[in-house]
Amino acid sequence: MSEATLQTREAPFITRLFTFRETRAAMAWSIGLYALAAIASGLGAPLFVQAIACAALVFFALNALWSVRESSIAVIGLALVLFWVLLATAAPLLPLRDPTAVSPAFKGLSEVLQIKTLLTYAPDMKLTEAQSALLEKPTWFGYSYEGETYTLGIDHKGRDILSRLIWGAQRVLVWASLATATAYIVGMLFGVMAGYLGGWVDEVISFVANIMLSFPVMVLYIIIITQLGASGVNVIIAVTFASAPGIMRIVRGLVLDLKTRDYIAAAQTRGESAWYIMLFELLPNARGPLIVDACLRLGYTTIAIATLGFLGLGLPPPEPDWGSMLAEARAKGATFHHMIIIPAAALSSLILGFNLMADGLREISLRD
Amino acid sequence: MLVMIGRRLLSMVLIMLIISAVLFAIFETDKLNVAGKVLGPYSSQTQREIWLEKNGYNEPVVERYFAWLGVVPNFEGAYAGILQGDFGDSIEKKVPVSEYLWPRLANTGILAGLTFAFMIPIALFLGVIAGMREGSALDRGASIFSVLTTSVPEFAMATFLAVIFAYSPSPDAWYRLPSTSSFINGFAWNELILPVAVLVIYDMGYVARMTRASMAEVMQSNYIRTAILKGVPFRTVIWRHALRNALIAPFTVIVLQLNWLLSGVIVVEVFFEYKGFGKMLYDAAVFQDIYVIEACTLVAVAVAVLSQLISDIGYTYLNPRIRFT
Amino acid sequence: MDAALFDKLGLDPKAPVLQCEDLCISYYTRAGEIPAVMDFNLTVGANEAIGLVGESGCGKSTVALAIMQYMGKNGAITGGAVRFFGRDMTSMSELELRALRGSLISMVYQEPMSSLNPAMKIGAQLCEVPMIHEGLSRDQAKERVLEMLAAVRLPDPKRIFNAYPHQISGGQQQRVVIAMALLSGPKLMLLDEPTTALDVTVEAGIVELIKDIAKEFGTSLIYISHNLGLILNTCDKISVLYSGKTVEHGSVRDVFDEMRHPYTRGLFNSIPLPGADKNARPLIPIKGQMPLPTERPAGCTFGPRCDYFEEGLCNDPAPLKVSPVDAKGSHVVRCRRWDAIDWEAARPRRRQAEPPKIGAQVLEIDHMKKYYEIKDRSLMALIRGKASRYVKANEDIDFDAHAGETVAIVGESGCGKSTLAKVLLGLETATEGRVMLGDLDISNIPVRRRAPNEIGALQIIFQNPFETLNPAHTVGSQIARVIRKFGVASDPEEVRERVLKLLDTVRLPREFYERKPRQLSGGQKQRVGIARAFAGEPKVVVADEPVSALDVSVQAAVTQLLMDIQREQKTTVLFISHDLSVVRYLADRVVVMYLGHIVEQGSVEQVYAPPYHPYTEALLSAVPIADTSVKKRRIVLEGELPSALNPPKGCPFCTRCPRVIAGLCDVEEPPLKTLADGHQVLCHLEDQVFEEMEPVIALAEGYSG
Repeated sequence: MSEATLQTREAPFITRLFTFRETRAAMAWSIGLYALAAIASGLGAPLFVQAIACAALVFFALNALWSVRESSIAVIGLALVLFWVLLATAAPLLPLRDPTAVSPAFKGLSEVLQIKTLLTYAPDMKLTEAQSALLEKPTWFGYSYEGETYTLGIDHKGRDILSRLIWGAQRVLVWASLATATAYIVGMLFGVMAGYLGGWVDEVISFVANIMLSFPVMVLYIIIITQLGASGVNVIIAVTFASAPGIMRIVRGLVLDLKTRDYIAAAQTRGESAWYIMLFELLPNARGPLIVDACLRLGYTTIAIATLGFLGLGLPPPEPDWGSMLAEARAKGATFHHMIIIPAAALSSLILGFNLMADGLREISLRD
Repeated sequence: MLVMIGRRLLSMVLIMLIISAVLFAIFETDKLNVAGKVLGPYSSQTQREIWLEKNGYNEPVVERYFAWLGVVPNFEGAYAGILQGDFGDSIEKKVPVSEYLWPRLANTGILAGLTFAFMIPIALFLGVIAGMREGSALDRGASIFSVLTTSVPEFAMATFLAVIFAYSPSPDAWYRLPSTSSFINGFAWNELILPVAVLVIYDMGYVARMTRASMAEVMQSNYIRTAILKGVPFRTVIWRHALRNALIAPFTVIVLQLNWLLSGVIVVEVFFEYKGFGKMLYDAAVFQDIYVIEACTLVAVAVAVLSQLISDIGYTYLNPRIRFT
Repeated sequence: MDAALFDKLGLDPKAPVLQCEDLCISYYTRAGEIPAVMDFNLTVGANEAIGLVGESGCGKSTVALAIMQYMGKNGAITGGAVRFFGRDMTSMSELELRALRGSLISMVYQEPMSSLNPAMKIGAQLCEVPMIHEGLSRDQAKERVLEMLAAVRLPDPKRIFNAYPHQISGGQQQRVVIAMALLSGPKLMLLDEPTTALDVTVEAGIVELIKDIAKEFGTSLIYISHNLGLILNTCDKISVLYSGKTVEHGSVRDVFDEMRHPYTRGLFNSIPLPGADKNARPLIPIKGQMPLPTERPAGCTFGPRCDYFEEGLCNDPAPLKVSPVDAKGSHVVRCRRWDAIDWEAARPRRRQAEPPKIGAQVLEIDHMKKYYEIKDRSLMALIRGKASRYVKANEDIDFDAHAGETVAIVGESGCGKSTLAKVLLGLETATEGRVMLGDLDISNIPVRRRAPNEIGALQIIFQNPFETLNPAHTVGSQIARVIRKFGVASDPEEVRERVLKLLDTVRLPREFYERKPRQLSGGQKQRVGIARAFAGEPKVVVADEPVSALDVSVQAAVTQLLMDIQREQKTTVLFISHDLSVVRYLADRVVVMYLGHIVEQGSVEQVYAPPYHPYTEALLSAVPIADTSVKKRRIVLEGELPSALNPPKGCPFCTRCPRVIAGLCDVEEPPLKTLADGHQVLCHLEDQVFEEMEPVIALAEGYSG
């Protein structure tokens, strides 16, 4: 569109989404309730709190989907992410088996395993009819034993994979978003300082960031986690160390551009303090690109947490999360394909959701 | 230009020094811990103290640090110093670190080299044809493909590929590939296929997306309009006017990709039990093999910093706006 | 070559160069089809120069791109024809278009920097044209290009040939683009606001070049501009566009002297022509603003803004056709009431307003200097021991301003006017000298150390309406913040009341309190900017080119508003501008700056009449004036503005001065001469030379005004 006037009153999408009063209220409510629900489920407590959180989330989900309807990519991405978020939030309400309990079906599976193992040593072995029947039954999707059906099968310890997947989603999402948020707060703070204050502040911050960026991300993760030990808080620390310098650079670049605007000069000429300008004049206007970047970074963080889990350095077992599920499955990968394929596919779909969301939001913001 | 390189080199040395100091502080200030790691959990307190005395650990920390760097002559200790190429002995393997660091690095070099050799042409091609006509079916297709590939983490892709090509097929299927790449029976090309494929698929998407974005931006610029409106054929517009400007940004991304690749390499090497640098670092970290961790981290950082330097120089060279000011 | 190409493309050399017939162009967006240009008719004969004039969003650039058949992804020609030498271009194949573009039709763009490929040498970009269209070898092409670079009066063509675009100045870049457009001897050249991004004196040089070169090469021109003065200077005929339609077309003389469309009349009424006077004959702005393409009214699109609107006639949705004004039909308007309007009465009338009373001295700037230190960190500088150099942004600034007075500070980019504003506002501190605001020397008090009422006493109106307001906050909250900050009021109710009053003062509806800046047009944003500046009841307001980014018809309204508030509140206004027409209209005193120095200051009458400083003389000559009765002396400055890092020795203007005295001006710093009471120039010229100076601008005999 070359005609400038066609655009003047068209609101940029991102601002539109986040200035809609209802949207903002819905977000505030759902985030608050989500946190409440997380705490409540940790305390093993009232289901109705969690139900309210779920309802608020559904409301927010529909609202959000409606506001990105202009980009089909964003809708698909958001739908994928919301699918997992809703499942994770609703986990306590769903009719799921205990994710850590060994089910009776384990016995049945071990019989199958036994036959399979025998077969690898003696491929020509004659099988009884009962044995052949056992082998023909599915061992994962829709695996059933003594009248009970395990939709996604059970793992090598006989635990229900569906239940572990959904509870695992909760753990992954909580830690990934906490870690990303922490990294964002740190990165934004330093970024806006480096960009706006300039001078030696900028030089020091940029130099430290350069040093941190010189570490390959995975090396940084491995060193931090092996030194501090594997735990959720340490994952947050590692992610902050790895991501904050990148976020800082992006924010710094945006601020360097924004601070030449006249409204910043206007704030300066009315004697505003540097902090007021940074927090209330600059940051709100940087949010567009930052939201896109945050989506991408949520994806990266999810990958990082899962990869750490896969390397055995992530969130500690036995509580399920996708990373530890993968770590446990890896050893058994050759015999239990589904144990590793299911969480890997779930993980990929969530990351795909984040990536598509970022793409879609960028597309919409460019179009406006 | 020369001044720029000189300054970058200086800052690179400074960064390396700071990082070495940080590593030293993390791993070697607690000397009893070091002795415990080296002598094993069942060693006695006196054994540890004797070991510390013998290996120069009772000198002041600052002197030890410089000795570790290798700039204190005649220092009696556990190592002759990094700058002499001596990183100390591996606790796990009881051999000098340098002895097996370099072969491991070479192995990883093979992996990384092959990955780049396949990834760059494919990614650039995809990116350029997608960005050339923004919004076309080709663009949509290439974009979706690259989003998909970047969304599957390396180990997940490794799993999928391993299930398809290594675990499921019957032993004599023609497309069956080995599930590990540890070269037990000597070097084998087919053991390289899966690791390289995983790395190529994952990294390709990112470079392709960058290239596409850069190309699309260039295609919208006024100077491309100028070129078209002075009657230049489309093919020439792409080759002469667009590509050079569009490839400046991806170039830096590709070089910096080395840093990313190193992260991916660790995962892939661990998954396929490939005897490379990444596996070495991972094993050392898990075993708390201090001297190996230090050596590997320093090498990894050196590679990353060097790639940054190359990318900066390349950017300056490719971009006449910076080159001639 | 031409004949063969004409044959190949099926062009008829006897047909008019270009004919647009009922051309309709639309953009396709999510909101659906948006017509950008409707019913556009235009005939361009050989050697003719046609001006397309209109405000932003009227569709003039769209027309140019449609003629080039380059509509982008979302644009399309939805009706009508573009005939080039008789052949409809919409029916041409991509291959035929390619043969045409750059050879028979060429284009010059608004932003020369972005129109040149940053990664290719200029020579290579230019050589492409003859190599593609005429199959010349590289050497032949180079020869041709060097000739052409000399023809567009670029100094040292060989150096330019081997340079990258960023290595030459904006004016030179535009000359290169013009050279590129002329290389194949085009029959038609489109110029899309070719000088908008350039300084006035550079613009004058480019316009001169375009005029001369079109004659020399026998090229027809379509000159797109928002500046009526430039059109008068360059064109034979003019089309006035409004909201996608031509509202008036005719010869330049007819349209300028006998315009018959209320919009054209309104445009002329709202630009400050010589003779306009803020007291005796003020500008008349056009009310309202141009409708969005999606919200065009039925019937005449200008209807809602028109003073002669007649219900039932003007908003009749039947197609509004053009009607001829004269017998030949060469002058046409798109208006149903043109013959019912009393055109004499539509001219700006005299009114007797009292000139504002100039009060006591408020601001005194006393030999103020501002130097910036530039640290050079390269090794060479370290070795030479010249690690820091100074940019003399302001050198010996000395003037004062009184209550209720408007002092204009005039100069081109890099003259130091923005630095002066920064020092006044406390964003920078002065290197030397004093700046007295009342009894307080503020030259060394940065804004953070000023008391709230001191800050409120000296405020600024910014240049760019799109950047002046923070997009994240509502209009009301931004004004309220200022009121609280300056300690004018703190009670929430009182603050709100004050904000609403300020909105009234700047004539904006009170609903705007809750609006976000993106919902406002440029003019409305600038009004909010004015409200904000006056929130602290200031003594002095610095207005940094407050209207230069606005459309002509909006400019007048905003200027008028500013002056009305000033008159009411007896504020001193420091009006920073490069536009000498606006300055003459509204200033009481003028300060002319060049490269950090004040080269001339005095009252408006003194500065705009001889004797002049040679720079003022050149500036006055460079300003395009949209009045056929004005005769100007032509003074075109050679060369480029020197860098402030490396100013010339002696007089700062000596490198470009047409009256330079060799051996004196480039050696010795010029003395400050007082020519009359309050009229000072910084110049070496003899008194006698000053006395003999002729006026640059002369009104023709019998000019009634």
